[in-house]
Amino acid sequence: MKKAFWLAGAMALALAQPATAADSVKIGFVSTFSGPTAVIGNDMRNSFELALDHLGRKIDGKPVEVIYEDDQQKPDVGKQKTEKLVQSDKVDFIVGYIWSNVLLASLKTAVDSKTFLISANAGPSQLAGELCSPYVFSTSWQNDQTPAAMGLYMNQKGVKSVFLIGPNYAAGKDMLAGVKSTFKGEVVGEEYTVWPSQLDFSAELTKARNSTAESIFVFYPGAAGVQFLNQYAQAGIKAQIPLYTAFTVDELSLPLQKDNAIGIPGAQEWVNDLPNAENKKFVEDYHKKYPGLRPTYYGAQAYDAAQLINSAVVAVKGDLTKKDAMKAEMEKANFKSLRGPFKYGNNHIPIQNFYLQDVVKDADGQLSLKTVATIVKDDQDKFHDKCSMK
Amino acid sequence: MYLVVEQLLNGLQFGLLLFLLAAGLTLVFGIMDFVNLAHGSLYMMGAYFAATFVAWTGSFVLGALLALGATLLLGIALEYVALRHLYGRDHLDQVLATFGLILFFNDAVRLIWGPAGLALPLPAWLTVPVQIIPGVYYPAYRLMIIVVALAVAAMLYLVVMRTRVGMLIRAGASNREMIGALGINIKLLFTLVFGLGAALAGLAGLMQAPILTVQIGMGENILILAFVIIVIGGIGSIRGAFMAALFVGIIDTMGRAFLPDLLRKVLSGAAASTAAPALSSMLIYLLMAIILVLRPEGLFPAAKR
Repeated sequence: MKKAFWLAGAMALALAQPATAADSVKIGFVSTFSGPTAVIGNDMRNSFELALDHLGRKIDGKPVEVIYEDDQQKPDVGKQKTEKLVQSDKVDFIVGYIWSNVLLASLKTAVDSKTFLISANAGPSQLAGELCSPYVFSTSWQNDQTPAAMGLYMNQKGVKSVFLIGPNYAAGKDMLAGVKSTFKGEVVGEEYTVWPSQLDFSAELTKARNSTAESIFVFYPGAAGVQFLNQYAQAGIKAQIPLYTAFTVDELSLPLQKDNAIGIPGAQEWVNDLPNAENKKFVEDYHKKYPGLRPTYYGAQAYDAAQLINSAVVAVKGDLTKKDAMKAEMEKANFKSLRGPFKYGNNHIPIQNFYLQDVVKDADGQLSLKTVATIVKDDQDKFHDKCSMK
Repeated sequence: MYLVVEQLLNGLQFGLLLFLLAAGLTLVFGIMDFVNLAHGSLYMMGAYFAATFVAWTGSFVLGALLALGATLLLGIALEYVALRHLYGRDHLDQVLATFGLILFFNDAVRLIWGPAGLALPLPAWLTVPVQIIPGVYYPAYRLMIIVVALAVAAMLYLVVMRTRVGMLIRAGASNREMIGALGINIKLLFTLVFGLGAALAGLAGLMQAPILTVQIGMGENILILAFVIIVIGGIGSIRGAFMAALFVGIIDTMGRAFLPDLLRKVLSGAAASTAAPALSSMLIYLLMAIILVLRPEGLFPAAKR
């Protein structure tokens, strides 16, 4: 009885709170802040906060309120958190989403409520094609694009055959399909592993070694990338079969991969040393604000998401009810992306360059990533024809 | 043919590693009738200790030994401070309390070592592949895991079957009240058993660390497998845990290795690629279900109460 009384009291209190007036910009941020991949979510949050600092903590003169929610890398939790942000917090924008399966589960909630959703990482093929929406934008890429660039690079290197290994979820399938779409050689084998629970790849590595493949391609984001490279090196395969990657070696995994990552090429749309002025400022200020940490492409994409939101709100002079005008402004990509050239295709997925990155020792003797070459310029994803928006 | 040999070795290595984890769990569950969900945390602590001590001492072997000692002490301290008070309670209380310990350990690790995880690099002599039979190469480190785990299993067998302490442990597994009534210091025995279980979990964690990464929550997924193993093997039975761990390790690995190719003969390529990992991860649970139907007590149940 007493409990019921308190509950009623709490509810009354909650109801009595004044509805937040429209004089602030409310942003929901869904990412992974717990578990082994929390480092990725933290990097995205750090960069997003840095972007807000650069904007003076205000968008079009209005204070910004960001509500961070942890999806625990689980689609069902991500959907719940998205529902909470849309229905009870009534946010103006939702940003974030590392994982394609989490985004796919959360997408409908955002789209149905006509809340702008900006994916700062996940790029499932469905999002670029049949599930494209006027209310959904990406500041990252479509999953297939990065591995497709890797496939082009492998052609340049004259690689004749490849063994593909990746995790068994939405992004894993897109990634392997991406390499296959451009790689001209033979695909000798294709293995999917249980995601995210499988951490031991001995069975797959053994198969790759016993195949006739002259190269291996993998996609293992986060800690799984560290584990894969450990096992690849320990099994002695590094000396036998060269490895090509997408999203496997980054600034977060590098301190753990150490020398195992040397000589492993990757494709990426953003590398810390890209020479444009905005990027230099971003990397410099990131180091200042977060000593000991290094920015990643996840963060750079989150930073761009903040800029995209800013451009939309400024264009409608802070009137957040003008959704069509905001959409039209965002389609112009009227901001300076950290990665340099950036424009939107009909499906709201960026048309952008992809670079070849390599691991080098920097001035302090620490391992870091460096741009080696531009693999492909102004690349557009191959699903944009399936999008109903023209 | 070589492929099968190598995959069998992979399965053996995985199984033996699971055995180390399950042995401690089955001892604690069987003898003390205590459900310890925090067993996976001890596995994680073993890995974190090893990463820290190896970095301090600069020697992999020395660091690993120190980590083993540290996990043993941690286990004993944990039993003395917290778990001792839970023996009389029912299983649900124990589950709740040890689940709390998982959260405690995860956050303690986050505070001490940070959220990013650690790396435990191997010395160069362990990163070369070894030729075991002509044409078959196997990673030296995985081979070492097999050797160490087999040695530990043999030692455990000798201690449990041939020594006085072992006799008490077996007696404890069969009838706890009775050995208490016979004047054995059961508190001390429990502390010892728990410490031993912790050290075994720590050993599993520190040996797994160079293959995987040292990270928060690394013990949680693998603990589920350890529970599957003690259920299959029979609760309280070391021999059961050993056999079940080998079954699970080999079935899991062989499933992952060969199921996709088998399925591709029946299904289309894409469907097979997607279904195979899902199916192979179900295999061990199917095994558990079948064994529970046929032999509810497990394959090698400890002697009846």
